[in-house]
Amino acid sequence: MNRRRTSDKVFWAGGIVIVVVYALLPVVWILSLSLKPTDEITNGKFLPQDPSFDNFSAIWKDPQFPSALRNSLGIALIATLLAVVLATFAAYAIVRLDFPGKALIMSGALAIAMFPPVAIIGPLFNMWRSLHLFDTWFGLIIPYMTFTLPMAIWTLSAFFREIPWDLDKAARVDGATPFQAFRKVIAPLAAPGMFTSAILVFIFAWNDFLFATALTSTNRARTVPAAITFFTGSSQFDFPTGQIAAASVVVTIPIIVMVLVFQRRIVAGLTSGAVKG
Amino acid sequence: MTATAARSSTGDGTEAAEAGRKGKRATSRARSERRLGWMLCAPAVTVILLVTAYPILYALWLSLQRYDLRFPDDRGFVGIDNYQAVLSNDVWWQDLVNTLVITAASVVVELVLGFALAFVMYRAFFGRAVVRSAILVPYGIITVVAAFAWRFAFDPTTGFVNGLTGTDRSWFTEQWSSYVVIIATEVWKTTPFMSLLLLAGFMLVPQDAVNAARVDGASAWQRLWKIIIPLMKPAILVAVLFRTLDAFRIFDTIYVQTRGAQNTESVSIIGYQTLISRLNLGLGSAVSVLIFACVLVIAFVFVKGFGANLAQQRGENP
Repeated sequence: MNRRRTSDKVFWAGGIVIVVVYALLPVVWILSLSLKPTDEITNGKFLPQDPSFDNFSAIWKDPQFPSALRNSLGIALIATLLAVVLATFAAYAIVRLDFPGKALIMSGALAIAMFPPVAIIGPLFNMWRSLHLFDTWFGLIIPYMTFTLPMAIWTLSAFFREIPWDLDKAARVDGATPFQAFRKVIAPLAAPGMFTSAILVFIFAWNDFLFATALTSTNRARTVPAAITFFTGSSQFDFPTGQIAAASVVVTIPIIVMVLVFQRRIVAGLTSGAVKG
Repeated sequence: MTATAARSSTGDGTEAAEAGRKGKRATSRARSERRLGWMLCAPAVTVILLVTAYPILYALWLSLQRYDLRFPDDRGFVGIDNYQAVLSNDVWWQDLVNTLVITAASVVVELVLGFALAFVMYRAFFGRAVVRSAILVPYGIITVVAAFAWRFAFDPTTGFVNGLTGTDRSWFTEQWSSYVVIIATEVWKTTPFMSLLLLAGFMLVPQDAVNAARVDGASAWQRLWKIIIPLMKPAILVAVLFRTLDAFRIFDTIYVQTRGAQNTESVSIIGYQTLISRLNLGLGSAVSVLIFACVLVIAFVFVKGFGANLAQQRGENP
């Protein structure tokens, strides 16, 4: 490639700055809003003049938010675990074994990825009531797992195709037991793909609002996105802006940490099928 | 039996070769392999069918009944009455138009912005990790949180937008300005996903073709329109298809920002309200089935009309 000129560099550096500001401005705004004391909420300024943590202590005192956070974490983690385990079985079979119907499974999974969740909330609502799954953790874990299985299967298959599976035979020729061969050779190679799909599944479950609001009714299973919309101020005319902002900041922190630590993996997962075909 | 052979043909090529060599024993081996394959896929397939296929059939069945949970004794088979009720109602058509307007506007803006973002990421020879982390924040953030952030920013009492632009507008009291905020939120949240898919497609464009065009004297603009974009067409189509279907389901943002006020209601909102708020399972299921049919039509138009090849180039549903 030709040598890059300084003006070129400045141009692209400007581009980078614009992109970063674009991505982070609303996040900084919600953070600043969460730090504004009550009398500053409506002052129309971008930054707080006299930052305080009052909104944060308020949401922890209210029973709604701590239980919603617990529900969100538990439900998202269990759904992630189940989806990744089931998808790993399926993806392994699709990549390694020869059986009729695997093309159908892959295209079926793609079709599910386009499925509108709103089309099934009515039936699920009715079914969950008679199965006593309404307003329970499993009532949400089941749809989250289902809607993320297709993407987990696709991501994992793309990763598994890249694994040199015969290495495990080589290890066994060298005297390793089948279990050792699996643990020392195959598992470390498969782990990155499983980890990447776990992140994507977790983000989906953490983010969902439609199922969370339709299939729960109390603090028992209501997750954070649904609970935030149920926040009420101390009076009818006092909209809890600061508290919503504080809760938003708390649930955004895990996402930001994940994105900072695993950005390369997330990008690989999101584009795996597209790049590797 | 090389690693490349196993990789290139999803494993079945080598297995078949092996089976051929072993002759008779192969059939029982092939059979047990087939059984293992089905067993490993069975849990995932069963769950998917139980939670998507069965409910959609159940929705179809419910949509043919008069079934309101507030009056459960009044349940009965009514044929296509629910569909007639929905399709002859102006609200459904208005909501469909709203949804299509929001979908089209956000996907077009995202495509343009996503291209720009993909180029910055491609050309960012320093700070690539910074850019990548930054744009993943909107992707990862909870939609409800994003919707609140934008709502509070535009709200005349809490927001800074009016102060910044020197206006005194109450953004959520008119349809067009509510549209602006809703679409801006959607665009902010989902452009990163679009740009990553476009970047992946961009990486597949052979540099030789671009360089050859440069040598032949094509300007940057010509290289973009005559070489890069045509070669990226499959990636663009898939990114647009996935985002179109995703935008068509818009629910969270509208629910948080207007709840459908000022005529910004989407089809998902009316479906949700009929089913969950008004507990009318019959009528609501008819809306659900119609939404499902719309999604099928959109997917069909993309796949047959534009030739989007999904199996080859894949996005996903965040």
